[in-house]
Amino acid sequence: MPKANVTFEDIGVTVTVPAGTRLIEISEKVGAGITYGCREGECATCMMKIVSGMEHMSERSVLEDKVLQENMAGRHHRLACQAQVLGGEVVVRPG
Amino acid sequence: MNVEAVELAQGVHWIGALDPDLREFDIILKTANGTTYNAYCVRGSEGVAVIDTVKENRAEDFFARLEQVAAYDEIKVIVLNHLEPDHTGALPELMRRAPNARLYISFKAQIMLKALLKSEELVYTTAKTGDTVSLGDRTLHFLHTPFLHWPDTQCTWLVESGILFSGDVFGCHFCDPRLFNDRVGDFRFSFEYYYQHIMRPFREHVLDALELIEPLDLRLIAPAHGPILRDAPGNYVRRYRQLAQPMLLNEAGDRAKTLLIFYLSSYGNTARMAQAVRDGAEEIDGVRASLFDLQGGEVAPFVDLVEEADGIAFGSPTINGDAVKPVWDLLSSLTMVNVREKLGAAFGSYGWSGEAVTMLEDRMRGLKLRVPVKGIRVKLIPTDEELTLCHAFGRELALHLTGQVTRKVITMEELNAQTSNSKEYLHA
Ligand SMILES: Cc1cc2nc3c(=O)[nH]c(=O)nc-3n(C[C@H](O)[C@H](O)[C@H](O)COP(=O)(O)O)c2cc1C
Ligand code: FES
Ligand SMILES: [Fe+2]
Ligand SMILES: [Fe+2]
Repeated sequence: MPKANVTFEDIGVTVTVPAGTRLIEISEKVGAGITYGCREGECATCMMKIVSGMEHMSERSVLEDKVLQENMAGRHHRLACQAQVLGGEVVVRPG
Repeated sequence: MNVEAVELAQGVHWIGALDPDLREFDIILKTANGTTYNAYCVRGSEGVAVIDTVKENRAEDFFARLEQVAAYDEIKVIVLNHLEPDHTGALPELMRRAPNARLYISFKAQIMLKALLKSEELVYTTAKTGDTVSLGDRTLHFLHTPFLHWPDTQCTWLVESGILFSGDVFGCHFCDPRLFNDRVGDFRFSFEYYYQHIMRPFREHVLDALELIEPLDLRLIAPAHGPILRDAPGNYVRRYRQLAQPMLLNEAGDRAKTLLIFYLSSYGNTARMAQAVRDGAEEIDGVRASLFDLQGGEVAPFVDLVEEADGIAFGSPTINGDAVKPVWDLLSSLTMVNVREKLGAAFGSYGWSGEAVTMLEDRMRGLKLRVPVKGIRVKLIPTDEELTLCHAFGRELALHLTGQVTRKVITMEELNAQTSNSKEYLHA
């Protein structure tokens, strides 16, 4: 199965995960400071910064895009409960 | 009770409602003096704006007052500074009666508005700082002040009259029909209490909002609850600035990270673990670790400490399959302050099942702390070897606090397999 490496910058942990894993599934287990509320892409509590590797992330859904815009998020932000890692090396941090 | 609109300034009226007998608000607040739901009407040369409404059960008073100062077909603008039902209860009826009106909400309020009105086909305009709506000879300016105390909150500034419609900000639950701060009874306690319970968890957002509000040449603050602040309105802004400062002096200095270790122990097992954790953490330069026996403490002062701390660790034995009540009492009070992204950790002695540690870790994650180091459980009396592990655990927490952790690489399977008992916090 294709793998991806996700590095949580704030706690210095890299996790090797199957491609297609949602960031929230990793972040809540690893104890990173990327937090969540609704888990359904509405509250933006889980917003985080993709430091590098945005090209390895799934496309934003219409809902994710709308919620990110409402929260004035920049191009480097994603919702952990929505975004999936598709492969390669991705580095994330809270924010 | 006479139901009359009250003029605040030329063409600006209070059209809210009094709720003198309310004794509890939103389950979480005591209201010895009842409350008011303040709504306002602003008349311009080219139309009328209504700013906020009232709780549904007080709608009758609101409409009666509104009708004294405006006809429904004159209403062009309805501003919602905050969507909580105490201010939007009369909204659906107002929209029905004033079909020419356009809704203005914070751009963060859109999803909430739909959930509130249970309708997808709403027409509204979203606002952020700098956006305005003209009423002809006067203009409403919007200030984006989110999370005071909901994501949707905003303030509205009537520049020509120097009036800030501030929503819940600068408000309090205090009902006195004399309305103005220079005429009502002593509401200082209510003002402070409201800040502590409603605004304090959002301190960073209060500071952001003050940056927008402080430069305004305020003549009057018209909040959504309690007295209208026309006498020395700037004093209330300054008071918010003070209240948003740290409650405690920063003794440790800016360079030291603080770790608070709270524990309880019936036979001293968890207490000995706690001491070892403290000793381990203290070995790292730039960390000040402190131990607190929850048995001998009150919750409130600990909440103040936690607000200023960088990390918190809880030591609890497992009693009847759970962590002990004083720990939960403190944890349940932490919603009063912002603990997001602080470091959290748990440890404890147990007899046979040992649920406490994982339950505490889950709770801390729920409170949005980061919990990067797996907790330690020790069966009954800690051995020297186990105390060494506790010591290393403390060191590890301190390294996290000071940003000195060595990078770790693990797989998802390993992550899933980790248990509280594992020793994986020890870097090989
Ligand atoms: C002071 C206060 C704080 C709130 N905080 C949150 C929150 O953090 N997250 C959330 O989803 N809803 C929050 N809410 C919204 C309530 O959950 C919502 O109004 C709910 O419908 C109330 O349900 P009830 O009628 O059963 O009390 C908050 C409400 C109040 C009054
Ligand atoms: S948890 Fe609410 S948007 Fe992701
Ligand atoms: Fe409110
Ligand atoms: Fe309110």
